[in-house]
Amino acid sequence: MPNDARTTAIKDTDPPFWVAWNQALASIRVRFWRQAITTAGVGLGIAFFTSMQIQRLAETSTDPGAQVRSVWLAGTALLMCLVGITNSMLMSVTERYREIGTFKCLGASDSFIVKVFVLESLLLGFMGSLLGSVIGAGAMWAVVNLQGSRLGFGSWMQVVALGTGVGLLMTVVAAIAPAIQAARMPAAAALRVDV
Amino acid sequence: MAEVVVRTTDLAKQYGEGENAVHALNGVTCAIYSGEYLSIVGPSGSGKSTLFNMIGGLDRPTGGSVFINSVDIAQLTPKELAFLRCHTIGYIFQTFNLITVRTALENVVLPMLFAGLSPEEAEERAMKKLDLVGLGHRYHHRPAELSGGQQQRVAIARALANDPAIVLADEPTGNLDLKTGQEIIDLLRRLNQEEGVTVISATHDHKMLGVSDRIFHISDGKLERIEERT
Ligand SMILES: Nc1ncnc2c1ncn2[C@@H]1O[C@H](COP(=O)(O)OP(=O)(O)OP(=O)(O)O)[C@@H](O)[C@H]1O
Ligand SMILES: [Mg+2]
Repeated sequence: MPNDARTTAIKDTDPPFWVAWNQALASIRVRFWRQAITTAGVGLGIAFFTSMQIQRLAETSTDPGAQVRSVWLAGTALLMCLVGITNSMLMSVTERYREIGTFKCLGASDSFIVKVFVLESLLLGFMGSLLGSVIGAGAMWAVVNLQGSRLGFGSWMQVVALGTGVGLLMTVVAAIAPAIQAARMPAAAALRVDV
Repeated sequence: MAEVVVRTTDLAKQYGEGENAVHALNGVTCAIYSGEYLSIVGPSGSGKSTLFNMIGGLDRPTGGSVFINSVDIAQLTPKELAFLRCHTIGYIFQTFNLITVRTALENVVLPMLFAGLSPEEAEERAMKKLDLVGLGHRYHHRPAELSGGQQQRVAIARALANDPAIVLADEPTGNLDLKTGQEIIDLLRRLNQEEGVTVISATHDHKMLGVSDRIFHISDGKLERIEERT
């Protein structure tokens, strides 16, 4: 049964990528409603950001005050989003101390744990930002048409892509601290009975 | 004489510093043999779980050493430690600790994937392990859909996933009723006798002592007495 050869030959690789991917998907599926709320938060922030972008493009006047104001507003919205995701992920890490400890007992490396948490937030971030950009741009469609200014299809697509990209980047930044906290969770946490 | 799988020398663990320091372990020197069924007993707070953590490579001692298969685990890098936890040690917990978002089968498959098995190979082996603990027919259920005793069976199958040299159990019957607890004890004993699994179990449970080959009595972080049974 015990195999001494195996204990000396140390494997230095994580399991294939899809193992972490499946775990991230399963975690999201189980906490569907809470994750949906986080996603909606990201979506709202990005929708706001996208609509500011559209407005900026459609704007005929080049009032520097308005430009500064819109950058400030969009920046604040994104920052609030970022804090929101970080907070909800930190909570989910503290909540899952035993699961993380157990993973380590099963042989997971720190990098595997980081991968699971980053993937989880990337998935949420992608869905939230894509939805948010489409909704934000869609809402501005009517406004821009009323104003009578014309924006090419390319510009719309660009803004949606920008919104999604910015949202994705933001979720990655937001996930760094929680993922590191998760990776640092000691394996012994698996035994903890109370919090 | 059976070979030694675990050896500790003058093992000590102190939590905290200065006035608040707790000496959870105070110089434990012992040897654990391959194939034996060992129980660790002692009053609450005597250091059983701490010893479990040290032997299992889950936490670092503040003094002394732990050798598993003659390897001093303090010398291992984090990657090597992860490898050791994956291949050489199986863990069983009081709170079962199945990954709640995965099915019974997926729980048993996970450590095999960490060991580098292909998914097909892993699933086939995992089904065999589930059959071994009598839960083959519930493989597609999530932990929430299983009773405590059934969850602990899955946890045992998972602990055996990579044919570890030792299986460590911390109060495996602590959250189970008398009858279910007895079934888990019988299962562990059967696996010990039929499959040759080395079982090290911390327990309050007197039923568990009955099936043990040896009993370590711990109090105040010291190994007070070793009881040999036949
Ligand atoms: N992480 C920790 N930080 C500080 N003190 C700890 C920690 N873990 C354990 N202790 C202390 O170490 C001592 C031994 O604890 P341990 O959990 O090993 O006891 P035990 O024998 O497992 O008890 P029980 O039967 O109640 O599970 C206790 O006094 C406990 O308070
Ligand atoms: Mg304990």
